[in-house]
Amino acid sequence: MAKLILSMDGLVLKEITLTKERTTIGRKPHNDIQIDNLAVSGEHAVIVTILNDSFLEDLGSTNGTLVNGQPIKKHFLQNADVIELGKYKLKYISDAPAAAKGQQDFEKTMVIRPGAMPKAGAPVAGPGPLQPMGTMSSSQGMPTMSPPPATPGSPAAGAPQPMPILNAQSQPQPAMASSQPMASGRVASIQILSGANAGKEMELTKALTTLGKPGVQVAVITRRPQGYFITHVEGANFPIVNGKSLDAQAHALNDHDVLELAGVKMEFFFKT
Amino acid sequence: MNLSQAIEIASCTDPGIVRSHNEDSIAADASKGLVVLADGMGGYNAGEVASGMATTVITTELQHLLEDNPPYRADPLNGRPYAERMLREQIEKANTSIFQAAQSQPQYAGMGTTLVAAVFYDNRVLIAHIGDSRVYRLRDEVFEQITKDHSLLQEQIDSGMITPEQARFSQNKNLVTRALGIDPTVEPEIREYDTRPGDVWLLCSDGLNDMVTDEDIGLTVQTLSANLKLAAQQLVQMANDNGGRDNVSVILVRVLRDFSVPRGWVSRLFGWLR
Repeated sequence: MAKLILSMDGLVLKEITLTKERTTIGRKPHNDIQIDNLAVSGEHAVIVTILNDSFLEDLGSTNGTLVNGQPIKKHFLQNADVIELGKYKLKYISDAPAAAKGQQDFEKTMVIRPGAMPKAGAPVAGPGPLQPMGTMSSSQGMPTMSPPPATPGSPAAGAPQPMPILNAQSQPQPAMASSQPMASGRVASIQILSGANAGKEMELTKALTTLGKPGVQVAVITRRPQGYFITHVEGANFPIVNGKSLDAQAHALNDHDVLELAGVKMEFFFKT
Repeated sequence: MNLSQAIEIASCTDPGIVRSHNEDSIAADASKGLVVLADGMGGYNAGEVASGMATTVITTELQHLLEDNPPYRADPLNGRPYAERMLREQIEKANTSIFQAAQSQPQYAGMGTTLVAAVFYDNRVLIAHIGDSRVYRLRDEVFEQITKDHSLLQEQIDSGMITPEQARFSQNKNLVTRALGIDPTVEPEIREYDTRPGDVWLLCSDGLNDMVTDEDIGLTVQTLSANLKLAAQQLVQMANDNGGRDNVSVILVRVLRDFSVPRGWVSRLFGWLR
């Protein structure tokens, strides 16, 4: 479960676990998180939690809601976000890393029944009859037909498992690696040594860089965590590295290797 | 009509770095213009069983059917290409087989699979999908996603709760809203697209697009389309280099030349003589 830490002037006042689908914040007493301060509107904001994701929405408050210093209307909360309402601060802590301990089964694809889907904007119903595909050995009691959609407020009767889903996939998702983090730390370059373009240099910053003439001879240099590799792509001749012709396999490149492709010589080297 | 001269297919499947076994399953038949990819789910080996059943049932049955029934012929029932009915029926058949196996054998209880299947005919491609396995297309240097996932995340994007950029950081990536074999009936999403020489179609399981950005997938398909086998291996390698947290499967289909059905009696005669 994710939680919020309420504080004012650096003083921690309260810790709130986000157990409900809708956690309301406001000055009036019926709110889940009541902040009795005139700078806070009666119904100030709401946090909608769907499985492991929480969304903050300002309910048209007079003084507005800030996240990390920016005014927001609607915001997809990320770990360590700081929500500000007047002088009060709420720090959002997603618990994903803690729950993932000892979890091997994270991220397994699972089916969620369409009827269980919370509709956007509408008050969110219970988590609904989620069906983790991996843990169904006790499925004799399972309804074999699609269960009816869980209506908001009603306990999801007949739901197979309450919420095993939280454990099953709470491994923190690393930001999807783009070509930069995936590649090796050092950037290399190719300098052309012969032919019309002699002297030209090309930095190998992309995940893939092709060299040669399409239809004649093409090779690709791939940038990987382990370093740079050259692989033959097309053409009758294979690339030559330091005087030796390669085969169809990828070949690791070393600093100051000399490559030859379609009659053009070039040097591979790491930038310092 | 044999399409092996008109389309080229390369595929690669790998368990990834983290998982011990591969629950993905792929099948392809270039002569029939048929490719199928499934990403199974369920405990123990049940995921493999489900995805294996899906690809086997659909491929073998369709190979058989395509032998006698031209897929481009209009279906008298609705005027749609006959391929659509064949594909829909075989998906239903696979669904029933998986569902019944899951019901009757405790070790398979709850198993299911995503599916993406494509049939090429008459300069067109019919694509059916269920779940979060995808189809992308490269055409004239534009690489785009063709199918829309049946997943919670996609629904959140559609409803405006999350932007596609934020979706990359969501914790709810792995929840599919449709799968083959978990209910007695299934509704595949089936659409037909035109295809041209030079197009490259990519079918992949979420192990690829969760680990590699669309931008890098597109770059790879584009730069390596001359060597389709290498492109397929490279895509899997990139997913593994980025962590390989799931099984990765890719099927690449490149359209080499026009494969329209001869129309008019001259071309039909010519086609018959060929």
